[in-house]
Amino acid sequence: MTDTGERKAAMESPAPDGHRSGEGLDARLVVERGAFRLDVALTAAPGEVVALLGPNGAGKTTALRALAGLVPLTDGHLRLDGAALDRTPPESRPVGVVFQDYLLFPHLTALDNVAFGPRCRGAGRAEARARAAAWLDRMGLAAHAGAKPRRLSGGQAQRVALARALATGPRLLLLDEPLAALDARTRLEVRAQLRRHLAEFEAVAVLVTHDPLDAMVLADRLVVVEDGAVVQEGGPADIARRPRTDYIARLVGLNLYRGRAEGHIVRLDAGPGITTTEDLSGPVFVAFPPSAVTLYDERPAGSSARNLWRCEVAGLESHGDQIRVDLTGELPLAADLTTVAAAELGLHPGARVWAAVKATQTHAYPA
Amino acid sequence: MTRSVRRNHRVRRTARAGGAGAAALLALSACSSSSDTGTDSDSAGASSSSSAKVSGQVTVFAAASLKESFTTLGETFEKQHPGTEVTFSFAGSDTLAASITGGAPADVFASASPKTMATVTDAGAAAGTPVTFVRNRLEIATLPGNPDRISSLKDLTGSGLKVVLCDKTVPCGAAARKALEASGLELTPVSYEQDVKAALTKVELKEADAAVVYKTDVKAAGDKVTGVDFPESAEAVNDYPITVLENAPNPGAAKAFIELVKSAEGQRVLTGAGFRTP
Amino acid sequence: MTESAGTTPTPPGTDLAAAAPRRPRHRGRMVPVPLLVPALIGLAFLLLPLLALVIRAPWSGLPQQLTSPEVWQALRLSLLCATSATVLSLLVGVPLAWLLARTDFPGRGVVRALVTLPLVLPPVVGGVALLLAFGRNGVVGQWLDAWFGITLPFTTTGVVLAETFVAMPFLVISVEGTLRAADPRYEEAATTLGASRFTAFRRVTLPLIAPGIAAGAVLAWARALGEFGATITFAGNFPGRTQTMPLAVYLALQNDPAAAIALSLVLLAVSIAVLAGLRDRWMNAS
Repeated sequence: MTDTGERKAAMESPAPDGHRSGEGLDARLVVERGAFRLDVALTAAPGEVVALLGPNGAGKTTALRALAGLVPLTDGHLRLDGAALDRTPPESRPVGVVFQDYLLFPHLTALDNVAFGPRCRGAGRAEARARAAAWLDRMGLAAHAGAKPRRLSGGQAQRVALARALATGPRLLLLDEPLAALDARTRLEVRAQLRRHLAEFEAVAVLVTHDPLDAMVLADRLVVVEDGAVVQEGGPADIARRPRTDYIARLVGLNLYRGRAEGHIVRLDAGPGITTTEDLSGPVFVAFPPSAVTLYDERPAGSSARNLWRCEVAGLESHGDQIRVDLTGELPLAADLTTVAAAELGLHPGARVWAAVKATQTHAYPA
Repeated sequence: MTRSVRRNHRVRRTARAGGAGAAALLALSACSSSSDTGTDSDSAGASSSSSAKVSGQVTVFAAASLKESFTTLGETFEKQHPGTEVTFSFAGSDTLAASITGGAPADVFASASPKTMATVTDAGAAAGTPVTFVRNRLEIATLPGNPDRISSLKDLTGSGLKVVLCDKTVPCGAAARKALEASGLELTPVSYEQDVKAALTKVELKEADAAVVYKTDVKAAGDKVTGVDFPESAEAVNDYPITVLENAPNPGAAKAFIELVKSAEGQRVLTGAGFRTP
Repeated sequence: MTESAGTTPTPPGTDLAAAAPRRPRHRGRMVPVPLLVPALIGLAFLLLPLLALVIRAPWSGLPQQLTSPEVWQALRLSLLCATSATVLSLLVGVPLAWLLARTDFPGRGVVRALVTLPLVLPPVVGGVALLLAFGRNGVVGQWLDAWFGITLPFTTTGVVLAETFVAMPFLVISVEGTLRAADPRYEEAATTLGASRFTAFRRVTLPLIAPGIAAGAVLAWARALGEFGATITFAGNFPGRTQTMPLAVYLALQNDPAAAIALSLVLLAVSIAVLAGLRDRWMNAS
């Protein structure tokens, strides 16, 4: 996961200041719905792909619906290429949406689904169909133009939905969990295709996802939303390396702690100290991946690890040939073991173990 | 249309008083009917009646036009014969006749036309020969105060007037047709109503300017309509026959009720409602 | 609406629908007795009276009935009025159903209850209510008469109105139910593609709920065809103008039950023919 982020970071261009000159998206979305309040600032330059990442219920989809005009803004503003859209009804916004389950009109063929937008925006029947056919061709779906949505596979339906959203020539493309409806196998393939199509798209694209991998592969920039507010924003690699909340840390597979650094020792706000390689002072985050944790059933005598904690197994979860161990005790943490190692240790919930992490495996950064 | 003289919630009475569907429902309701005439007899036995021993329930099927006068007579009957209960079913004579020939358990049938009565006697459902107890004549019902100044049957044929008649299949329609034929008049109404009350309602609601209905109906409507007599009504006098039914559950009370209807007191109530003595 | 994940239906393309089996049929499997017995009783209860009508029908007199011009006149009027009432119900009932299902306004629950009121109102009372509203002397009717010279009672239009009054609730309820079951997000998807709310309704929602509309229309048509009480009260009874088949049947029943049965059979046969015909068409279309 971190690898992907790194690869993406390498090709990522620094965020251009396009929105300053009036190009692209400049929004502050405030939506109040009962006790829930969404307040998210969002800017993006043309050609940029921004992912709204967050847990379920964080308000990502609400933000997307606000951008599309499907929920009204309580406060804030929304400008696209310099034009205010706050009061513009959804049908008049230059916005295309790919819905989570695509919402292809079941009574229309793939071609007519794609032609629907151009038709509504004033194109003649023949012209709209020609445009739709071109889009389907581009998506490699020319052969399925006459098929009804229920005859399409998940991947095909996804591409038809994308073609339908793009056929109106939107200046803002919104994708709501574009890969969530797909099974693991198709997902890989469709993700790669989607990435290609997004790269070709010259205007702003905003996608909503709860899957960090999707976000990191598809987006240039991540905006992490929790409880209706932005908690972190930045390039995928940056966020993967320096998560600022538990959620993000868990998401990118890291153990994350907050404390005060005094040289190489970080005193945690609650709990023991962690020895790191970085020399810092003041409030910091310390992070290390679960794979960096080694477990022992007895206190290791000759271990060079400075970071050693007495823990108790709270839960076990298997991921392929890996076992993720959830630990409580001196320091709550997650550890990844091979199944063989877990079996040798005789791990079970309630088992008491020693957890060790080498200082070189930790990463501290200012909070 | 079902009315019982006393307010009473007993299932059996309701079922017995019903129309055509009553016979079918009777089987269903029988299980819930725990009391029978025995209880009624007990209360009857406690009182001393001046007339012949008459008790229990008597069910009267009567033409709709008899509703007001028969309801009054029912109360009188129950006063005269303590321990009796009179249950009425008021409906169109044809509907009632169909119920009776279909097996509905009734004691007395009072019809608005001899023709309808004939269907009952032909079916062998009447005990004895029916007797005519009153006559009814047609009258023109006009809007209150007779704003169109209708004074004869011929005036109804005038253009611009909305007139409703009863359908020829019901007695008041047949009578109106007879009167019109006798006077050689052609009358095209806006509607042939399904019964005399429906025809009258159209005038009461001012949807029609006039209707040819029975004198008794005009009287019952009070000041909601104004009645206009016409001489041709004599050509179409309606005889009302009454009879005890063959399968009457309570023939004694049925005879007593008919006696009351034919008595001076009965005739007084009926003429008060606009009927003529035979 | 923070996250819609919880309420999303199965997306159209999650599996290869082409490869998926059609609705599974359990041929040869026993129907549970606790379902079968009441079902058969129900069926028998519905069909026996109709069967009795057929058994007791005066078949010898039937040809004479069928050649009577009055019968055909009443039948033609019945079909004309029931169809007009259905069309009228569709024109105003579908938008009304949409309003009830898709918008939120104060007192919507009360309005929905009011819409269904004609279902519980005895039809004759409905007819009187219509007279009080649209009669020559009615609340609205007096102005129709004074300003446009339009009187509705005793006219064919009056028959159509009476039938619409009684039949439309069936359509509204049926369509509203279908609309509620339909995913409103299709309309949203349409608006993001540039469709106005009306265009979204016309081009997306309407085709999606077409089966529900059809079912509602059939119910309404059948109810209108059999309408008696409101019709005879509001529009009266005049052959060729307002005498529909049920009125003819009722009046025939007064002194010629055999004729009434014959007329009923004609009405039944025609309705069965029409309904079965329509059903086949829809089945083939869908």
